[in-house]
Amino acid sequence: MLRFVPIITIAFMIGPVSAGLIGTLLPAFGILPALGGIEPGLDPWIALFDQPGLWQSVRLSLVNGLVASFISVAIVMLFCAAWQGTAVFRAMQRILSPILSVPHATAAFGLAFLIAPSGWIARLVAQFAGWERPPDIAIIHDPWGLAMIAGLVAKEIPFLFLMTLAALPQADTERTAQITATLGYGRIAGWFKATLPRIYPQIRLPVLAVLAYSTSVVDVAIILGPTTPAPLAVRILGWLSDPDLGLRFMASSAAILQLLVVVGAIAIWIAGERIVAVLGYGWAQNGWRFARDGGLRSGSAILAGLAAGAVILGLVILLVWSIAGFWGFPDILPRGFSLRLWMREYDAIGRHLGATLLIAIPTVMIAIALVLGCLEQETRSTHKPGRGAMWLVYLPLLVPQISFMFGLQVFFTLIGLERTLISVVVAHLVFVLPYVFLSLSDPFRALDPRYGQTALCHGASPARVFWQVRLPLLTRAVMTATAVGLAVTVGQYLPTLLIGAGRFATVTTEAVALASGGDRRMIGIYGLLQMVLPFAGFACALLIPAILFRHRRGMDAQNRG
Amino acid sequence: MADGLKTGLALRDVHIGLAGRELVAVDLVIAPGEIVTLMGPSGSGKSSLLGHICGTLPAQFDVSGQVILDGRILDGCPPQDRHVGILFQDDLLFPHLSVGGNLAFALPASIKGKDSRRARVEEALKSADMDGFADRDPATLSGGQRARVALMRVLLSEPCALLLDEPFSKLDSALRDQIRAFVFDLCRKNGLPTLMVTHDPEDGAAAGGRVINLA
Repeated sequence: MLRFVPIITIAFMIGPVSAGLIGTLLPAFGILPALGGIEPGLDPWIALFDQPGLWQSVRLSLVNGLVASFISVAIVMLFCAAWQGTAVFRAMQRILSPILSVPHATAAFGLAFLIAPSGWIARLVAQFAGWERPPDIAIIHDPWGLAMIAGLVAKEIPFLFLMTLAALPQADTERTAQITATLGYGRIAGWFKATLPRIYPQIRLPVLAVLAYSTSVVDVAIILGPTTPAPLAVRILGWLSDPDLGLRFMASSAAILQLLVVVGAIAIWIAGERIVAVLGYGWAQNGWRFARDGGLRSGSAILAGLAAGAVILGLVILLVWSIAGFWGFPDILPRGFSLRLWMREYDAIGRHLGATLLIAIPTVMIAIALVLGCLEQETRSTHKPGRGAMWLVYLPLLVPQISFMFGLQVFFTLIGLERTLISVVVAHLVFVLPYVFLSLSDPFRALDPRYGQTALCHGASPARVFWQVRLPLLTRAVMTATAVGLAVTVGQYLPTLLIGAGRFATVTTEAVALASGGDRRMIGIYGLLQMVLPFAGFACALLIPAILFRHRRGMDAQNRG
Repeated sequence: MADGLKTGLALRDVHIGLAGRELVAVDLVIAPGEIVTLMGPSGSGKSSLLGHICGTLPAQFDVSGQVILDGRILDGCPPQDRHVGILFQDDLLFPHLSVGGNLAFALPASIKGKDSRRARVEEALKSADMDGFADRDPATLSGGQRARVALMRVLLSEPCALLLDEPFSKLDSALRDQIRAFVFDLCRKNGLPTLMVTHDPEDGAAAGGRVINLA
């Protein structure tokens, strides 16, 4: 039975993506019998290319995705180069890890409340500049998409940082840093010349996932992105939600176009990698040591700190708005506080949290069981998965959600599962499985194999070794992976919206739906609600193993990280 | 335990290779209660040989020959059914279980009843001069105590042979003689055919049995 778990897991990740892509590709060329499309043709494409501002939308998606990814990668690399092995680095590690659990939409709302013309920063400036009313400039929804880029960067930095952190031990970085330093290199130059080439292959897939995400993101773009025209993915969602069902054909071609945009972005990125590799090869050997890099080091810390600070301060502002009474413009704080709105929404909040958990609990339980099965099977079998397996894990993160979610909806309708909990859970699993796998695989594989060997030699069956030795030793890792999975399912906007077709009003679909309304107090409440479940999950992951094993000091080593 | 006669552990023309290179080749019989020491530099495949005997060697190794324990052919038999115990240089006590829990983990299920299992555990602790340690956290034990618990744990699993993988190399020298004597005495007393791999010549001398040098 265990033998088949890896296949089943792969099927859960690849199956919906494939079915969804086919279900998008056919309508893109006019075939969707349910809506009367029988004859293949290019009409959807002609209609699509007639859309005003289409290429502007494409350009926004492509350029913003590339720029946001490049800035995130650059800041993370610079920061790691400058501070690895220092107290600053460890402090940042502690700050960024919890930020990873903040859903994208929450972070975007927080940032919006911070930088908007009537936002908190403008209020701060107004105290000194004597402004009476908010400056009349478009800071969020700006036509260039700068606010959207800022939102993406703030949220991707923690992810890339933690991925880099996981790669660092494999490159013997501490000793490499000692060697480059004794050879007279500045920290940053030494790291870029000696360490980066060794760890980049490890973080390449996460970087590409960030790129694909940034190029096709919907929720952050709705909250912070340009509106006339909006980035491509947002417009596709608009066409898909249009009461005119005829637009579904054009929306499908647009979804395929979105896929091509992501492929194009990845191709440009890989070409860039090549160029950097060639130039860097010579640069690494030219002997320039950049020994005085103090300014750049401080700069990198400031940038990373700004990104983290923006998310944290944004959360605080969300909280303040959610309990704010009257809050006129230049005031730093509201005149009064009240829980009135929380009380009014009390019942609705319970319903939305309930809907969120209804999806989250089965999704996360299935994901944890499948991933544990895969890893246990890997431990028992002698066949170790190669690098190709990692591409499979990342595939769902590289294909834009909007490009296959509509097709998946069509597919579920075809087999009579439209708007069911099963189909929503399956759609969520596509994204939860990779993250749970990434979270659990390192600690599972790092467990000393001799524990298992010793137990086997004591006559314990493999099942007993799993349940009584490996699983208890990995309690913390499993709890953390559960929290990661919970954070991912809670944050899912598009799969819940499209596959559930409005039946499942989770905290995230509610929060994003509030974006256009601009009721800051409500946005504050729902933005925070998105945080509640992931935060509770991570708190449990810290507390439960600590309580369970409070009399087992040796578990601290097992439970670290 | 095993039904057959106690004839010891026989390695019949065992060869282990990796990627076309031969790592180790042995042909020997270890009688019950005998301690054979295998010496060799690191990378000479000593640990692979032990892995092969207890059945945990990864499949990419090429192996030939037969491993026979008390007349039973072990090749192809899963590790948990071999009744071959192993001690590593780290004690590998399970950190999530108490000292008593670690010992009870190894105790065969055929010993039934909470009280009688507990009694066996207490008895084992007593024979290691560690009365009353059952409820302790393994992390609070000294190095010597941990080593003794690890050995008691292996013995409680009622092995028919014992493998020692540099078991004393992490102990400080004062403790080493004491633990060596403790381990070797129990091996002999239990009539266990014992194979020890080490790179410390003193281990071989202390064991007082045959010493085989791997080139």
